[in-house]
Amino acid sequence: MKILVSAKRVSDPNAKLAIAKDGKWIEGEVEYILNPFCENAIEAALQIAEANDGTETVAIGIGDDETARFIRQGALARGIDRGILVSAEEETIDSDLIARIYAGVVHRENPDIVLLGKQAIDGDSNQVGQLLAEYLGWPQATFASKIEVSDGKAVVTREVDGGLETLEVTLPAVITADLRLNEPRFASLAGIMKAKKKPFDELEIDDLDLENTETKVQVVGLVTPSGRKAGVLVKDVEELVQKLRSEARAI
Amino acid sequence: MSKVLILAEHDKGALKKVTLNTLAFARQYVAKFGGSYDFAVVGHNVGGVATALQGYGAGAIHVADHADLAHPIASAWGKVLADLAKSIGADVVTGPASTTGKDVLPRTAVRLGAGMASDIIALTDSGAFARPMWAGNLTGNVKISTANKVISVRASAFDAAEATGGSSPIQAFAADPALAGSRVKFVSFDGVQSTRPDLAEAAVVVAGGRGLKDKFGAITEPLADVLSAAIGASRAAVDDGFAPNDYQIGQTGKVVAPQLYFAIAISGAVQHLAGMKNSKVIVAINKNGDEPIFEVADYGLVADAFAVVPELTSQIKALRG
Repeated sequence: MKILVSAKRVSDPNAKLAIAKDGKWIEGEVEYILNPFCENAIEAALQIAEANDGTETVAIGIGDDETARFIRQGALARGIDRGILVSAEEETIDSDLIARIYAGVVHRENPDIVLLGKQAIDGDSNQVGQLLAEYLGWPQATFASKIEVSDGKAVVTREVDGGLETLEVTLPAVITADLRLNEPRFASLAGIMKAKKKPFDELEIDDLDLENTETKVQVVGLVTPSGRKAGVLVKDVEELVQKLRSEARAI
Repeated sequence: MSKVLILAEHDKGALKKVTLNTLAFARQYVAKFGGSYDFAVVGHNVGGVATALQGYGAGAIHVADHADLAHPIASAWGKVLADLAKSIGADVVTGPASTTGKDVLPRTAVRLGAGMASDIIALTDSGAFARPMWAGNLTGNVKISTANKVISVRASAFDAAEATGGSSPIQAFAADPALAGSRVKFVSFDGVQSTRPDLAEAAVVVAGGRGLKDKFGAITEPLADVLSAAIGASRAAVDDGFAPNDYQIGQTGKVVAPQLYFAIAISGAVQHLAGMKNSKVIVAINKNGDEPIFEVADYGLVADAFAVVPELTSQIKALRG
């Protein structure tokens, strides 16, 4: 069995974000982290591989040398077998082009499972896994909190509005990871050393036979939403109730 | 002129209110660009959902009723929705950014060659779609450059549309989900049993954090009872098993904007704020006065939740007689 798993870097949500002069992306001293949902996807890939002898795991990222570093340190150092970087300018590509790039890599690699994070915490679109599944004509199980793989099938429990839904998908399939899927492991020192020697391919978008590289959605302007002002501190429950009643008229 | 197709959200044969929030966006879109809107009701035994939508000014309500569509399998629903859009000439497909909408709509987009804007909060004057990015720290205005467009709508950002009278015709659509859904089998649904209002629809939300521990229910439920409120939770409280996943409010959980929001023992991480900071009135109760939740709260009470929430509950109860 073969599993392809995403390793996307994202800007740290706790860092201060400055809007670039053209208003279309962020700039300045941006701190990057591995997308937390990709960490869950990587952990799930490793667990499936550990439970199924002979499983190969491959991490894929789109970007530049910095992204390559995240693939090595975030995925290969944790135990993923090899890495693929597709060179592209991350800022200007949309979810649709990412999905088509992944589909191009899937056609070269023929994995049984593609495991992605359910969303990237910078763009917050929550689309790529679903788009990819449709481009491939594969079934999908998104927002996974539990995955069991056996006999060419995956039984996936999904976190949905109102509770937990369980689906059985016939492989090959796309699965996207939610946060409660697992606790991502840390890379060991030995893992970090090994990662440097693991196979690593660099591809250009041109290698993937895409029909075109046009985006369908463009960010035309970023704005800072108007903030919320801090209100007042009340001294006790009585004052809180009184304010909620007569000032806010909320109760 | 546009033709907008709205995917109706429903549960157990009943229309869900998020459909009407999505309709509010569709009406704005049509007012700006001209055209009309139709509803798509996809599922099985969903006649009542279609009937409930008749008074809302749609050109038509299309019902795709099929046993294989009883559960919202994304590959099957996505195909049927795209087939319907093509057959009626819809150039815009929209739906709520619920877990069903998030699951289904991107697949429809691929089938229509459409770009998709997720979780939008406004249609701007220049016709761009505004959507929160970076956990709501920035708003991105995005344009879709394809002729067909798919848009998921953050329900809490649009007031539910009112009925306008009239009686839209209901038309059956001969759905063919068979091949698309054949490699997916529905196994089970483990629903949260609750008599409380839906989190997305509640006027009052009582949310608790990890600090409530195994007293999560004992603290939040009585207060929610007296206010007819929904109960929500921080991610940490859900991760630790004190509340079900359905309760999670935040960047990757549910986004709510009730009239009144109680954040009890919630620190206010940026990911949580992303899911509630547009609430009308926010009350924060936390024993640590330095927590970021106090920066967005209208009323803050620095106190031990275990001591003050029962007192708050009984005072509100007394008020309401």
